[in-house]
Amino acid sequence: MKFHTLHVLVENRAGVLSRIAGLFSRRGFNIESLAVGTCEEAGMSRMTIVVLGDDAQIEQVKKQLNKLIDVIKVSDITEQSTVARELALIKVAAEPGETRAEVMQVANIFRAQIIDVGAKTVILEVTGDSEKIDALETLLRQYGIKEFVRTGKIALLRGQKAIRSMK
Amino acid sequence: MKTGAKLLVESLQREGVETIFGYPGGAVLPIYDELYDAPIRHILVRHEQAAAHAADGYARASGRVGVCLATSGPGACNLVTGIATAYMDSVPLVAITGQVPTFMLGNDAFQESDITGITMPVTKHSYLVKRAADLGQVVKDAFYIAGTGRQGPVLVDIPKDVMTAQIDIELPIGRAKLRGYQPTYEGHALQIEKAVALIGEAERPLLYVGGGVIASGASEEVLRLAELMLIPVATTLMGLGAVPCDHPLNLGMIGMHGTEAANYAVTECDLLIAVGVRFDDRVTGKIDAFAPNARIIHIDIDPAEIGKNKPVDVPIVGDAGKVLQSIIRRLARTEGREMWLARVGHWKEKQTVKDGEDGLSPAYIIGEMSDLLGDRGIVVSEVGQNQMWAAQHYCFRRPRTWISSGGLGTMGYGFPAAIGAHFARPDETVVDVAGDGSFQMNIQELGTVVQYNVPVKVVVLNNMYLGMVRQWQELFYDRRYSYTELPAVDFVGIARAYGVDGIRVEEKEDVRPALEAAFATAGPFVLDFRIEREANVFPMVPAGAAINEMIGRRQR
Ligand SMILES: Cc1ncc(C[n+]2csc(CCOP(=O)(O)OP(=O)(O)O)c2C)c(N)n1
Repeated sequence: MKFHTLHVLVENRAGVLSRIAGLFSRRGFNIESLAVGTCEEAGMSRMTIVVLGDDAQIEQVKKQLNKLIDVIKVSDITEQSTVARELALIKVAAEPGETRAEVMQVANIFRAQIIDVGAKTVILEVTGDSEKIDALETLLRQYGIKEFVRTGKIALLRGQKAIRSMK
Repeated sequence: MKTGAKLLVESLQREGVETIFGYPGGAVLPIYDELYDAPIRHILVRHEQAAAHAADGYARASGRVGVCLATSGPGACNLVTGIATAYMDSVPLVAITGQVPTFMLGNDAFQESDITGITMPVTKHSYLVKRAADLGQVVKDAFYIAGTGRQGPVLVDIPKDVMTAQIDIELPIGRAKLRGYQPTYEGHALQIEKAVALIGEAERPLLYVGGGVIASGASEEVLRLAELMLIPVATTLMGLGAVPCDHPLNLGMIGMHGTEAANYAVTECDLLIAVGVRFDDRVTGKIDAFAPNARIIHIDIDPAEIGKNKPVDVPIVGDAGKVLQSIIRRLARTEGREMWLARVGHWKEKQTVKDGEDGLSPAYIIGEMSDLLGDRGIVVSEVGQNQMWAAQHYCFRRPRTWISSGGLGTMGYGFPAAIGAHFARPDETVVDVAGDGSFQMNIQELGTVVQYNVPVKVVVLNNMYLGMVRQWQELFYDRRYSYTELPAVDFVGIARAYGVDGIRVEEKEDVRPALEAAFATAGPFVLDFRIEREANVFPMVPAGAAINEMIGRRQR
């Protein structure tokens, strides 16, 4: 069992997301994360889906996704050279003074931005791969995380290669 | 200018639709108004579930796309079982439903239901049409999706204001354009080479064929391959009729209630050529013990079926007929499979002993029926023991003469599906083999057969039990018949009340005359056979056991 990253090109139509989500729940596949948005091709969206499974299960996921009429292309990019990013917003308890200074220092190390400062909290914005965000979360826990939200992973192949509707 | 409803009806005509099974309501009134003078025949059923099953029976009997129509909310919801039934058996169906007007969508308006949402897991695809201008293309795409690749049901949900909208538009010309949908029909050349090699080498090959062969019209190819290479054939429940029952290489049905020959052969074969099958658990039993010593070639139009339940050595995605043709072209006639054929023949011989023939046995009734109908019949079944008896004892010689709910096992399917089959193939004698439980699930369709004089014959194998469940209770629950006994029903009386003729049969010698009377009648007919109450379906592989571990083998 390991995490696979699937890149899925779909028609940008009402109901696509629920078809895909429904497929996962009905077949008992577990979605770790799913990010979706419009892309450079008109009328299409790109999805990045992270799913945990063994080879046979991932094979089924891909085949079942491919069966959906609105799915144009499915690629497993786990083994490929990619750039992958996730964005997270983290609201941390940080009273003015020593704590706040420490939090800001941590933020600095992780190249996170402070995007809001409240009376007793700050909000950090960080992008990076999932491990980096996990690491930052672990570090910030000692100060107290009030709220934490992440987008899920998005990914593209490196270099010339591209996943497009036409080959 | 024309209305959306008119455009819809024109689109249906353009797809060649002649018959629609449906039930009206407020949200589909504009469509019904158009149907009033359209050259499309509409059959008014008595329950929307029956409309879906009838369209499904029509599709299975004809090989064309079946169409059903229902109103929004309750009407649409009543289609769900029928749509799910078609989905599980890959039947091409277009289900059209009315919907509340677009501006009321999502407001819990009167008779609103999210039918696209409800049916999403049981449709191949679905549409909620929001603009009348899209209707023509949607209908075109819906029929294309339903009837190509691995066939299946497609839902088209149409809000009432879309039906009444006035638009100025011509029907779209040409074929459906769907960039995410390109079924593969030709098998991969390299895989075909591999298959050819394996078939040549095998010492104990077996063909395992299913519904995909019927759907693809590949019966002839299966037979040619079998005869050319001397390969015995086992068919699934859905594959009955793919090869003639009395062909020497045919081992009969495989699976839970399959024949000894088929089940032993799969256990001993060294090559399994699976065509248009999906390794359903009712066929395989314990999956690890299914074809344990065999290499497996799997031919299927749906890539997702290949390797889903069992790893295969040679996967071939494509149309069964086309793939088999390319395989056959590369094969040279074989000899030297005498040992294997003799072994298989020995199992076959052993099993021909018929079980208890003293009382009114179901095997006897179905046997007589088979004898009388010969090549004229289409047999539709309900679900339960009746289904298995029909599958075991009727001699199917041609594809599309056996129509049964395999994947979902839907009680109440048979009678309405038989009505649909009649409209598809009016020249054939259509028989619904029923249990008393199943028949009562859509018995109201007696009204439909009377209204349209549909000459369907209902053969009720009446044991006053939910027989198949009772059989499981007998074998696995210590004969504790918890809520499976049904009080006696006078089916002939009910039939008469609707205006259908019928006979009750209690003695063996009356079986044949009763069947003859039914088949000689021009209209519908109900035969109420009071069979031995606790007759069982044997052989049987208990759920989860290995396929060759059959119990209750016939004695005598
Ligand atoms: C709609 C539906 N409900 C329940 C079942 C479960 N079930 C399978 S077989 C069976 C008994 C069928 O009884 P009957 O129609 O009398 O046929 P018999 O087995 O006696 O021939 C039942 C209840 C089912 N298959 N379908």
